[in-house]
Formats: sequence, C-alpha cells, structure tokens
Amino acid sequence: MMQFTCPHCGPRAQAEFVYERTLDSVIPVDAAPDEAMERLFTRTNPRGSDEELWRHTYGCRAWLILRRHRVTHVIEAVRAAGPEALP
Amino acid sequence: MIGFTFDGKAYQAHPGDTLAAALLRNGVGLVGRSFKYHRPRGIMAAGVEEPNALVTVGEGGRCEPNTRATDVMVYEGLVARSQNRWPSLQFDFAAVTGLFAKALPAGFYYKTFFGPAKLWLVYEWFIRRAAGLGDAPQLADPDHYSQRAAFCDVLVIGGGRSGLQAACEAAESGQRVILVEQEAVLGGSLLRDSHDLGPDWIEATAARIRRSGGTILTRTSGSGYWEHDLVTLSQKLAEPGQVQTGGAVQRLWHVRAGKVILATGCIERPIAFAHNDRPGVMLSQAVRTYLRRFGVLPGHRVVIAANNDDAYLTAKALKEAGTEVVAILDARPAPAGADLANGVPHYNNAQPLSVKGTRHCLRSVTADVDGASQSWNADLLAVSGGFTPVVHLHMQAGGTLAFDEKAQAFTPAISRQNIETTGSAANPPAAPACPPKGDPKKSFIDFQNDVTLADVDLAWAEGYRSVEHLKRYTTLGMATDQGKTSNMAALARLAEQQGVTIPDAGLTTFRPPYTPVTMGLLAGRTHRDGGAHLRRLALWDAHHAAEPIWQPAGYWKRPRAFPRPGEDLEAASRREAQTVRSAVGMTDVSTLAKFDVSGPDAARFLEIICATSVRKLAVGRGRYTFMLREDGLVFDDGTVWRLGEQRYLLTSSTGGADKMATLLSYVRQVLHPELRVSVVTVQEHYAGIAVAGPKAKAALAALTGAEPPRHMSHSQASVAGVSVHLLGASYSGERAFEIYVEASHAEAVWNACQAEVLAHGGCSYGLDAMDVLRIEKGHVLVGGEVDGRCSPHDLGLAGMLNRAGGFIGAAGLTRPALSAPGRLQLVGLESLSGPIPEGGMLIPFKNAAAEGHVTGSGYRVVDGTPIALALLRGGAKRHGEVVIATSPTRGQHARVRIVAPHFYDPAGERYRD
Repeated sequence: MMQFTCPHCGPRAQAEFVYERTLDSVIPVDAAPDEAMERLFTRTNPRGSDEELWRHTYGCRAWLILRRHRVTHVIEAVRAAGPEALP
Repeated sequence: MIGFTFDGKAYQAHPGDTLAAALLRNGVGLVGRSFKYHRPRGIMAAGVEEPNALVTVGEGGRCEPNTRATDVMVYEGLVARSQNRWPSLQFDFAAVTGLFAKALPAGFYYKTFFGPAKLWLVYEWFIRRAAGLGDAPQLADPDHYSQRAAFCDVLVIGGGRSGLQAACEAAESGQRVILVEQEAVLGGSLLRDSHDLGPDWIEATAARIRRSGGTILTRTSGSGYWEHDLVTLSQKLAEPGQVQTGGAVQRLWHVRAGKVILATGCIERPIAFAHNDRPGVMLSQAVRTYLRRFGVLPGHRVVIAANNDDAYLTAKALKEAGTEVVAILDARPAPAGADLANGVPHYNNAQPLSVKGTRHCLRSVTADVDGASQSWNADLLAVSGGFTPVVHLHMQAGGTLAFDEKAQAFTPAISRQNIETTGSAANPPAAPACPPKGDPKKSFIDFQNDVTLADVDLAWAEGYRSVEHLKRYTTLGMATDQGKTSNMAALARLAEQQGVTIPDAGLTTFRPPYTPVTMGLLAGRTHRDGGAHLRRLALWDAHHAAEPIWQPAGYWKRPRAFPRPGEDLEAASRREAQTVRSAVGMTDVSTLAKFDVSGPDAARFLEIICATSVRKLAVGRGRYTFMLREDGLVFDDGTVWRLGEQRYLLTSSTGGADKMATLLSYVRQVLHPELRVSVVTVQEHYAGIAVAGPKAKAALAALTGAEPPRHMSHSQASVAGVSVHLLGASYSGERAFEIYVEASHAEAVWNACQAEVLAHGGCSYGLDAMDVLRIEKGHVLVGGEVDGRCSPHDLGLAGMLNRAGGFIGAAGLTRPALSAPGRLQLVGLESLSGPIPEGGMLIPFKNAAAEGHVTGSGYRVVDGTPIALALLRGGAKRHGEVVIATSPTRGQHARVRIVAPHFYDPAGERYRD
C-alpha cells in the first residue's frame, strides 16, 4: 500500500484514496467525438512516470493529481485539483 | 510437563518446546507422508523452512492444516494429526502399492491435458486422490483476528544477534524502533551457538531496547514488504488451534517504517543424494538447535555430511552431549576441516550416496569417499549443503540480488526503498559448489512437492529451458514453503544442464507472504459483514414496530412488505399494490440519492450531468432525467427539481448514489472548477415518504391543510409542525407525492401521514409492491433494465435527449452502434401460459439461441395476469410477436406476447387531477 501526501491533509495511506483515471483520459465535455473516444479507450500506460487523478475519498474528499512512477511507485509530485488550483 | 496428542496418542512436552522438538523428545520419527509419492517423512529442520513435518493442528473450526511442526509451540491439550495418509500414517496404502511414483512424473498436470478432454475427468479423480496436503477445515473459524497500524523510524526484522544489536543501537540513538522475531524467543542463531553471547546478553539487550522506548514483538513474522516501506507483520497471540479465552488469536500489523533493517539470517540447504528425504536425515544446524535450545538428542550414532566449516560445530555439540559421531563427510578436498575435526573420523572428497532405514529412523549411510563406496551404521545423518540468505523481503521491496560465488547463494545487491540487510543474510558463510552424487531419481530437492533431480533433468530434456518454466512444469518451489530449502539446488542443477553459471540460469521472484498467513487474519474484523456496516433508516424504529419483512438494499435494510396476520410475502405485497391502485399507499423512499445544487451556474452544471434539458425548467417545476457514462450508455436516472431561481434538487437511484456523488464531484472539481456552483449530498439529510394512489391528493390535502402541488411540481408545506418539501412525482403510475423531511423529524411526519393514509383507506407498502407497480407502469429500474449496456435509444428515452448536447456521454452517443436497430431494446411481455420467469431467456422457438432476457417479472395488479419487462433484440419493432421465456435451470417456461412496455395508463391520465 502506497502513501500519498494529500495537499490538504499531509501523508496518508493509499487506503484513504480512490484512483480515478490517468490525467490524459480526462475528457472535456466539448471534445470532438473522435478525440473523446480516443482518450476514453486508448491508454498509453507508459513504463515510467505518468500523471494520475486520485481522490481522497475517505479523507477530505478533495481531488489530487499525482505524478507516479509506474515501476518504482515513487511519487514525484502531488498537486491539488479543483477550484483552489485555479490561477 | 505439557500434555498433547499426535494421531490420537498422548505425549508429554517440556515448556518452550515446539511440536517438532516434543515429537523428537518422544522418539517420534515418522511425522507425515509426502505430497505425491506418500513417502515417509520426519523432521528435517528446526525453523519455518521445514518442508516435511506438516501436520494439522486443532479441532473443528479452529483446525489449521499444513502447519509446520517446527512452527507451533506446544500447549496443554494440543491436538495434532498427520496428513496425506490412508488408512494410517504407519500403513499408507498409496505408499505401499508404490502406485503413484511412476504415474506422477514432473509435469503430470500438463500432460493430463493432452489427449481427449473426457479423460481429464478420470485423471482428476486420480490426481485428487493421490496428491495433496491437509484438508481444509469444514467449519467456520470461531476465532477473532485484529488489525493494527503502526509507525516507526526503524523496523528490524529478525531478533538474532545482528537484529538485537541494530535495534539496540537505533533505540538508544532516540529512534522509534520495532523489533520482530518469528520465534517465541529472541536470540536466533545464538540459541544454538551462543559464542560468548548467552541468554544474559540477549535478555540485557532486549531490556535496553525496551528501556529506550522500543517495541519487541515475538512470534511475529514480517510477512510482506509493500510500497513505500509498508511492512505487514503477522503476530500470533495464540498458537494454531489453541483456544484463546479473550481477544484475538492473531494480529496483522501494518507498519510504515522510516527504514527497515533485515537481520533475517540464512536457511541451511540440504544435500541431494538417494533417499535424502527419509526420517533421520536432518539439517546440521537443526540438530544443534534441538540439542542446545530444547535439550533433545535427535540421534545416538551420527554421521555428518557437509561442504562447510559450520557443520563441525554440530560434531562438537554432539560430542559435548555425549553422542557418538561416527564420521564427518566433507565434500571439500583436504585439508578442509582437518583442524576442526577434533578427533572425529573425518573424510575429505566425501559425499553421501544413499541412506537406508525404516519408516521411522535411519539404519545406515553410504558415501562416496575419494571414489570408493563406504558405509556406516547411523541413526541420524546431519547434512549441510551451504547457506541461503533470507532475502525475501529485500526482493519484495524491489531490490536486486547478486550471486555470492564463495557461498553459492544470492545476496542482496541494490536495494529499492529504505531497506538494509545486515548479519549473515548479507554475508553468508562460505560453502563451495558440490555437484550431487547418488541416484537422481531418488534425490529429492523440493521435499514438500516431491521434486527430484531427475524431474529437473526431465523438464530440461522435454525442452523447458527457463527457470520460470521449470518451476511451473515441475511445481518446484511452489509449495507452502515457497522453495525455502529447494531453490538453490534446483538452480544449480539447471545451470549445470544449461552449461552456464547459476546467476545466468536466473531466479524466480519471491512474493508475499514469507510464511503462510491465515485467511482470517487478512479479513480481520470485516469477515462477518465484509466491512459494510448496516445503516439504519431514519424511519427504522417506525418500521420496526410494524414488523415488516426486511430486504437488504445498498447499505440499508428496507421493508419488503408489511404482512398482516396470516399473510405471506406474496399476499401482502399484492394487497399493498392493490391498495395503491384503488385508494392510497405510503412507502419509505429515504435511500434515494439526493443532491442540493445551487449557485449562478447550477443550471449549466446540471446540463453537463443530465442528458435531458434542464435550463428551461421553471421555478417550482421538476422533470424526469437520466445520466450517461462517457461512452454514451445510460448510467442512472432520477428527477431534477427547480426549488428556486438558482437552486435545484437532483434525485437518483439508491444503488448508484456513491457513483453519482463521485461524478458530480468530478465535474465540479476537475472538469469545470470555474463554475459557480455548490453541490451538497443530502441523501441522508432528508428522509423521503412516497404517498401514491387515487386518494393520495385528498390525504395530502388533509395532512397539510393546503392544496398539494400538481404533478411534477414542488411546494413547501408544514406537516406535524415540521417544514417539508412536497414533490408531485410518481413511480407507481398513480397520482403521487414525495415528502422530503429533515431526517431527525421523519418519524413525526411518517406517523402523521400514516394517520391520514389509514383514514383514506390506505396502508403502508414495501419494495415488492413498489416493484409490481413500476413494472406495470413500465418505469425502468437502475440495476434492472438499466444494466450498464443500454443506450437511451434502447430504453425508448432518445426523444428526451438534450438536442443542444454538451452533456457527459454526448460524444460517445454519436457512435452509430449505440442507436443500431438490432440492439437489446425495452419491451413488455404478456404471458399466454402462466408466470414469466425473471431472468429467463427469450427464444423464438425451442433450442434457438437467446435473443433477450426478462428483466423484471410481475403481474397486472387488478387481476394478477403475469406481465414482465424485458430486453429483446430489435424489440421495439417486434410488438405482437410470440416468443418463449425460459429458465432451464429453474424448469420454468412461458409463452409470451411482445407488447409495448406500458401496461397501465399509457397516456398518463391518472397523474392529472
């Protein structure tokens, strides 16, 4: 079980989080149908780092974006998603 | 003394004995029968690596099969039984006939799959009879298991000399330390070879660790190393099969460590020679352990065979105990060991060829000494083929291994995560390679799975080159001991066959757990309810008083029907449904998902969530809606109500509530964080009561003293002094209302409402009546007709789609296949011959392929005629056709006519006043 540092709550066990999807499969509502289906069904699954969307569902319920190495599980970066992350 | 039984016979043990020590103390040599060949087996090791002495411990639901006799401490009343023998351990039919040795060669599982499939039925019976370990318990485990999380700066695995030193140093430098030891006592190798560090030193070091705030857990195994330095520990609070008078029998620790120190030591390797699996052949260090830790002499005339200096300590220990050591066979050339023999007859270039003996003990040892064969009478052969570091956790953490030429073993190389290996696990004693002599057909390397050197050779000859293939073909290293004693011998043989070095032959991966873990321990306290605790409805007490038949629904239990005296479920639900159709009924709909959506952008937000238009909804009005997944298929349905200029109430299904809450949050937080909208889950904030029937309006008017809202309209009202929302909404097909009230006031409102409903000739109704009513009306159910494979077109909802698009699923829905004509489409079924089996297939004629299935089976409330909703290929255009609804497994069949999925008031006239 991994450990993530929630931007709001600090280091917490993975059991408190729910994986949602990779960041590149977040599909804007107004995406063209072809692009939307490409993002939905074709995954890159790189052997290396990738950005993933998780939710601290059993904690503060906030969404966060992790940059995680798929082989070593090293968490290279964590940032908040949501209105507070807007510029 | 402690009393215990083995195979029904009573024995006495000393305090602190393992079962293995106690059996040896009582002269029991034969402990079990082997996996495939039913060969007699005794005790080979003194630790968790024991491959032979597997027993079933305990009785009833507490019985634990395949327990290593070396890994259970004897307690008063312990009941142990041998395994894999029939009719008895002494006289095992399968072993006597020698039936299985020839029939079960390496790869026998694979070989059975060649040839006609029907023969497998024969093989299976044969294999299941022949091969096996203990029997799984038949009764539920009555014990409790607990789980616990912990944090520390330094976690030390292994309570031997290196572990104690590392833990003491860390603790005294102010770090939070946890030290774990799988044995019942600390000391590790010091228990057999104290050198100068006796029991006093162990005790004093443990005391220093504790004084500095460290935690010491004995009888605790580091079973798994996971991501980010999380280590799971399994702690035995009671021994297997032991009755624990209070609390848990085992505890699973989740320890997140700053750093992990592995002081796990080495496992001694056996030597391969003919009949090396017989009782009386024992690992050299195990002999010392039994002698010095337990005071048990495993033999009286001992031969020692080894390829290292460590085995000479066994000779010394045996001599000190007054036992005769008749020979030391050293595989190394002279002068190795000459200075250590200490007067014991000592031979170089000497390797065992075979042993002879009875089922219970050894008689003689034959060895090759400088090319000549020589024999000794002996009742114990102590063997040492070198030392394999316990690197399991290092490898589980992702670390790599390097081959240590001198020790002929793999040692930790590059560590991943914060892990460090110390002691003999990092630096094992030297032991050169000694290719085995003796008949390979009888030279066992994996004792637990009965794999011989000849099996490795056979796998090679049959073309299995990779170590991974070898493992799967021969089952080597796949038993409950995970190849702790066997892996290196097999790798050496494979490397020899390949003509490469051992590291080039490769190594299989070690995976958790290090030693077997009881399933109950992993389940912990969740084993009874799966961790899903019952949530009580706000109206639980009110329902409970009415003694309904309950039905689990999501996290809740909901009333299924409220039977009157003499009524069964069917009669009660039919009466309830008829009352709704003829007068008025009320039911609890509190579990529906409910969301309060407000803000300037609330309508925009809802038009992203809902596949129907929301923007044009007037204040005080509501409408049916449904939601799609991104792939365009229907995900959930519900209603949306405009309570105010910028405030909406969204309802959706009970079962989909969590997913809907996640979707709303995803759109709000990730897709459109710029929207000015607030979304609050009010699912359990409001209790909901549905009131339905031709007299519902009159009952509501009497209840609130005001004009009830029109169909699909909202109003505020006061009931029993409590402010409530009234929605004109119907699932039953009758004029109906939903009353939403703050949960804490729900009971008062329910009681007031019930008084009016009873006064209007009505009653309460449950889920079954609700289902009958909605099937007759043709309302779809999420989880019934909406099964995650239906598009809006399939359900006849396409006309309601928001033409402007912009909702989730709009892109996916453009795919032509989702509106293709031959898809499963919603239809109604009228029976021409009796009840329609729910879940049954729809076939056009006998033995035809299925063209659809029955999703919900019910009856016309007025006369009980069977009707159903179904999904049928191209069903929208097949009205009038007659097909068969069949459930062969239940033996139920009915001829049915396909009709439109609306059996009751298709024009919706009963909604209007």
